[in-house]
Amino acid sequence: MTTRDLLEETYSAVTVNKVRSGLTMLGIVIGIASVIALVAVGQGSQASIQASVDSLGANLVMVTPGAQATFGSGVRAAAGSAQTLTPDDATAIESVNNVAAVAPEISGRYQVVYKANNANTSIMGTTPAYLPVRDVSIDTGSFFTDQDVADSNLVAVIGPTVLQSLFAPSADASATPDMAIGQQIRINGNIFTVIGVTVAKGGSGFSNQDDMIYVPLGADQHYLLGSSAYLTEVDVEASTQQAMTQVQSDITNLLLQRHNIANAAQADFTILNQASIVSTASSVTGTFTTLLAAIAAISLLVGGIGIMNMMLTTVTERTREIGLRKAIGAKKNDITLQFLAESVMLTFGGGLIGIVLGWLAATVISIVTGVATSVSIPYILLAFFVSAAIGIIFGYYPARRAAGLNPIEALRYE
Amino acid sequence: MPNKDIIVCKDIKKAYGMGETMVVVLKGITFSIQEGEFVAIMGPSGSGKSTLMHILGALDTPTSGEYFLDGKDVSKLSDEELADIRREKIGFVFQAFNLLPRTSVLRNVSLPLIYANMPKEEREVIAKKALTDAAFPEAFWGYHSNQISGGMMQRVAIARSLVNNPALILADEPTGNLDSKTGEIVLHTFQNLNMTQGKTVVLITHEPYVAEHADRIIHIMDGNIVTDEKNHHKRLARNEKDIPHDNT
Repeated sequence: MTTRDLLEETYSAVTVNKVRSGLTMLGIVIGIASVIALVAVGQGSQASIQASVDSLGANLVMVTPGAQATFGSGVRAAAGSAQTLTPDDATAIESVNNVAAVAPEISGRYQVVYKANNANTSIMGTTPAYLPVRDVSIDTGSFFTDQDVADSNLVAVIGPTVLQSLFAPSADASATPDMAIGQQIRINGNIFTVIGVTVAKGGSGFSNQDDMIYVPLGADQHYLLGSSAYLTEVDVEASTQQAMTQVQSDITNLLLQRHNIANAAQADFTILNQASIVSTASSVTGTFTTLLAAIAAISLLVGGIGIMNMMLTTVTERTREIGLRKAIGAKKNDITLQFLAESVMLTFGGGLIGIVLGWLAATVISIVTGVATSVSIPYILLAFFVSAAIGIIFGYYPARRAAGLNPIEALRYE
Repeated sequence: MPNKDIIVCKDIKKAYGMGETMVVVLKGITFSIQEGEFVAIMGPSGSGKSTLMHILGALDTPTSGEYFLDGKDVSKLSDEELADIRREKIGFVFQAFNLLPRTSVLRNVSLPLIYANMPKEEREVIAKKALTDAAFPEAFWGYHSNQISGGMMQRVAIARSLVNNPALILADEPTGNLDSKTGEIVLHTFQNLNMTQGKTVVLITHEPYVAEHADRIIHIMDGNIVTDEKNHHKRLARNEKDIPHDNT
């Protein structure tokens, strides 16, 4: 039998009982659609976590005070609360090879007041190096300069969320950056002049950089925390991604030496780099994606069993037809191929519809819930081959059964 | 010129089961049929005529004995080899027609050629000629097999048995599901194919009236041939247009 004849025979056999073929296909449609949609959700969240980690800044190495949690270490202080990192440590880190910029930081939450509005927000004392290191840019006005830091000038740069909470004229009107520039705000009782507004980053999670007020590090020390000499974090930008490991280990050695610690396991600081955050996050979302795919695979399996069930019924119903085909000279392979082609056509058709529906479902999910989804081509190809494979796997047994029928008994079958 | 033997059966035996439960259905059948003959094999049910028909049709092989079809020994072939023999040398006509439902008349007739891998254009020419030979009206060629009458369905089945140009047309109770008038038309079709085109036809039946349309009648009883003689009172079936129409 030629391929074209095989396709014609298969098409007419599948379309004879449209309702039953449709219902059988539905199992595969749902299976494939859920694989596509759920994997899209999984990969979408992976991508959005990746993006939010990337938004922290490129090639970022973060040094925080306090020991790393290890097994059996018992209670440990929260990151940032330990007082072990000094501005001198930050200056020393600048001399490490392949370090592009270093931003020392002191942060804390304070009450901020502008006229009748007030907000509780993060105050970040830092240096101009913060901009490149954390990938922050200025929307309106300017960031403070090294001179401002040296002089401990009372100037502040605010994030867009702070702008809205302090400067919005009414509950339903939003504030423009121009309304804030030059205005005076009170932070913990001290008056600062707003000189700039940052661009919204839309970040969330680790620290929301939109809900933040930046002040020169010197000013922070003098007016907010008294003369505290300890930093809450030092952010370091490595010059290249390849250099990050080297930068991390050099900083570790440098600080161990400066803090007179011989055993690296007892370090009083923690170094995290972006790559390790990414790999932790993606291992979590990877597990999540695998879980979703496994659930979807189960529904695909059920669909496959539906195909097998229907093909077995078909073989029984068409026993006489099989007998006739054998009587006029069809061989075992002809019969096997014909029934395999029918099940593959069902699963392949189901797979195609499922891909389209899954894609639509992923789009609807991201519109309705706001969860990012990403439909990837490899998964579509995979779904394609899986649906064909299901047709072959679950159609093989019924097809062999049809081919093995004795023509005499098949012709006599009522 | 002596005619060539199409069927040669030598002491064919067929038994089912083993040991004490063994049932011997054919107990040593020997006969031959020559090219161009129209033979009826007659016998009551349980006589073994169906089993003999399965062996003659290469659907089954005998337990012992030899069966030559068109000069080829087919008594010891495998299932797959038997399929080749059926496709190349035999045309079947069944009592229940066995057409594919929801499939056009033309495609039903072409089916054996589909399995022979013949290109569509070529096989349609052959199928149309076979339909003409089986006196199937051209107006119904495009109809589906379930849209035509029983008599027409059987003529489609006859046309299907002709397309592979078989050495032997084997008809198993071809009039069993038809009324006497359409049955006669079908018998006329067989007689016409036999007389004008020299086709070898073997008709299996239990009805003496049907068997009387053949040139030779072989009687089978309890697995043995009882009589095998020329039919001196051959009935000629009437053609469709010669049968008076009743107005009921």
